[in-house]
Amino acid sequence: MYKPVLLGICFLIMASGFSQESEMAEIEGGTYIPLYGNDSLPVSVENFKIDKYPVTNREYQMFVQENPKWKKSEVKALFADARYLDHWKNDTELKSDELENAPVTNVSWFAARAYCKWKGKRLPTLDEWEYVAMADKETADARKKDGYNEFILSWYEKPKSFHQEVGSTYENYWGVYDMHGMVWEWTADFNSVIISGETRRDENQDNNLFCGSAAIGSSDLMNYAAFMRYAFRSSVKGNYSIRNLGFRCAQDSNEKENSANEAL
Amino acid sequence: MATLNFKPTILTLFLSSLLILFASCKNDEDNTKEAEEIEVSQTMNAELTAPPLVPKPTGRRKAKKLVVDMEVIEEESEMTDGVKYVYWTFDGTVPGSFIRTKVGDEVEFHLKNHPDNKLPHNIDLHAVNGPGGGAESSFVAPGHEVVFSFKVLNPGLYVYHCATAPVGMHIANGMYGLILVEPEEGLPEVDREYYIMQGDFYTKGSFGEPGLQPFDMQKAIDEDADYVVFNGKVGSMTGDNALTAEVGETVRLYVGNGGPNLVSSFHVIGEIFDKVYVEGGELVNKNVQTTLIPAGGAAIVEFKIEAPGEYILVDHSIFRAFNKGALAQLKAEGKENKKVFSGKIEEGIYQPEGGGIQEMPVDEDELAASRPSDNPDLEEKMELGKNIYGRTCVACHQANGQGIPQVFPPLAEADYLNEDVKRAIDIVLHGKSGEITVNGETYNSVMTAQNISDQEVANVLTYIYNNWGNNGTEVTEEMVKAQRRN
Repeated sequence: MYKPVLLGICFLIMASGFSQESEMAEIEGGTYIPLYGNDSLPVSVENFKIDKYPVTNREYQMFVQENPKWKKSEVKALFADARYLDHWKNDTELKSDELENAPVTNVSWFAARAYCKWKGKRLPTLDEWEYVAMADKETADARKKDGYNEFILSWYEKPKSFHQEVGSTYENYWGVYDMHGMVWEWTADFNSVIISGETRRDENQDNNLFCGSAAIGSSDLMNYAAFMRYAFRSSVKGNYSIRNLGFRCAQDSNEKENSANEAL
Repeated sequence: MATLNFKPTILTLFLSSLLILFASCKNDEDNTKEAEEIEVSQTMNAELTAPPLVPKPTGRRKAKKLVVDMEVIEEESEMTDGVKYVYWTFDGTVPGSFIRTKVGDEVEFHLKNHPDNKLPHNIDLHAVNGPGGGAESSFVAPGHEVVFSFKVLNPGLYVYHCATAPVGMHIANGMYGLILVEPEEGLPEVDREYYIMQGDFYTKGSFGEPGLQPFDMQKAIDEDADYVVFNGKVGSMTGDNALTAEVGETVRLYVGNGGPNLVSSFHVIGEIFDKVYVEGGELVNKNVQTTLIPAGGAAIVEFKIEAPGEYILVDHSIFRAFNKGALAQLKAEGKENKKVFSGKIEEGIYQPEGGGIQEMPVDEDELAASRPSDNPDLEEKMELGKNIYGRTCVACHQANGQGIPQVFPPLAEADYLNEDVKRAIDIVLHGKSGEITVNGETYNSVMTAQNISDQEVANVLTYIYNNWGNNGTEVTEEMVKAQRRN
């Protein structure tokens, strides 16, 4: 009985052109120990909701239409650098070889934040994002599995992975897609973990972000996979617009999705 | 008594060496100090070259402000025929562009990270005096550019590389190159200069396994390299891409080793290095056969070409050369010099290594039991042939008969092989040297005569003919016998 109804809803939503935006996954909170923890203490994460898919070009087009100050031609440099929506032909259209249903990238942190706000949502915190991203298809924390880490590492090697439709990678334990293997994603507090990019030096700093020397000397693939994500985050600033960097939104679990949009 | 007599000598030796040590220390300090004081006159854009080329010498020019513009590019390219790899590069080549500076130069370094790249990168130049060699100040996100500057103080040949986490992976994917700091008066003039850098690569599939091969972290940690190559790929400097020189010329090679793991035993087959700037520094050694180049280190070698012909550059940890790709060619043209090298005095095939020569003592009974039947069927022949191939042929012709481009001809889908079975038998029995054309490519190498029995020849050829797209000929012992010369 359940399935046909769901299917029906899907069709309705798709017909109105909002195939993914109201699809959020419920994440049951808990605690986890981040790899980078300078104190190895567990971090707790509350219940929350997160978009099942990264925000797509098509979805972002609608945002720009309703919020002209985020048009390519009108955005302020302070909030988005010169590469903002670089893969768009103009304010409304994509370049010809781009996919409408691929994740929107070349968006700054400010822009991503504004988009989520417009949706009545927010960017996930770094801890929320990492918490969801620990999962593989079957388990909530797959970080110790070889296959999980190999998938991430092999993605680092794959050029132009932004050129894929959302949902093309695996659905994880929480029902969330594309956490790995497609694009990097903004988090609300992406810069709360700062590394200098000089790993040999970071190791000696007081605010050491890694498990002792494990991140550097270790043969632990798990650390390598995560290490590069933190290195990436620490290399960016809020107005950077990067080809391999997109985002998705989150929401506290007691809030409803923006009713204004559902009414559309 | 003798020992007593000895002591003063030792003491004197010790003291004098101490003196020398101090003197040289003082000297070095002075030099660095002086270099620091050198004023720069103008701004100039650095000439950057892709390997194996080297920018023009700095000659007598004064120290300048030198602008170096470099871009990090992550791109897919070919490791060897049919094998693709995603390289991370400085300026799109492995190794990255050669930077040529002079003591006292102020380098203004612009490091750009291409917008399509996935990762942040940076650069650590071993020629920099300062924490991290510039790494910290050069950390740059995709689609961005950083500028930092440094003054070069110590002459020598230095490695630069990416030092972003995980460092090993960035280096293993090709992020290294060389920066030369010439002394004030410049290096002595030579006729030819080339840029070569060794690197080891770790792929999911083993050597030659076709397709896009991802980096294998575990193999890298185990230091179990699938490829050891010069300038980023197998055959980067062989055949049409071989380095060239003329007889009588002095050749200088700037040789670096990016690693990430292996130390190179750099050697040129057929040449003795007249001069080696050991580890790329000031110390010059003369008449060197093989020089050791550490990972993350370099050497400058010079030699005068006395005789025409082909010189083979190798890592003399020799399986790397013939089985993993660490091999390059230098072709020298010009008049023969009989005084130096007589050329061929007698024609013959050199055959020290064939299957049967190195014999180990064996248990006769066991041997008899293990001996194949006298009239093996096709299946048995294939099995036996495979074994012979594995121990005799595979080193040159490779596991899947693909050969080594430009050096050893392929056996897989090889027109030369399929055309004429008698000729193939003859070559196995008697060896072959001189030019042949296989699948449109010319090869000019030597195959030694194989010292194996008629039946073994029949088996191995049957194995080859019934594999890798060949025509399925079954070779018999009689056919082999017919080709024996008495």
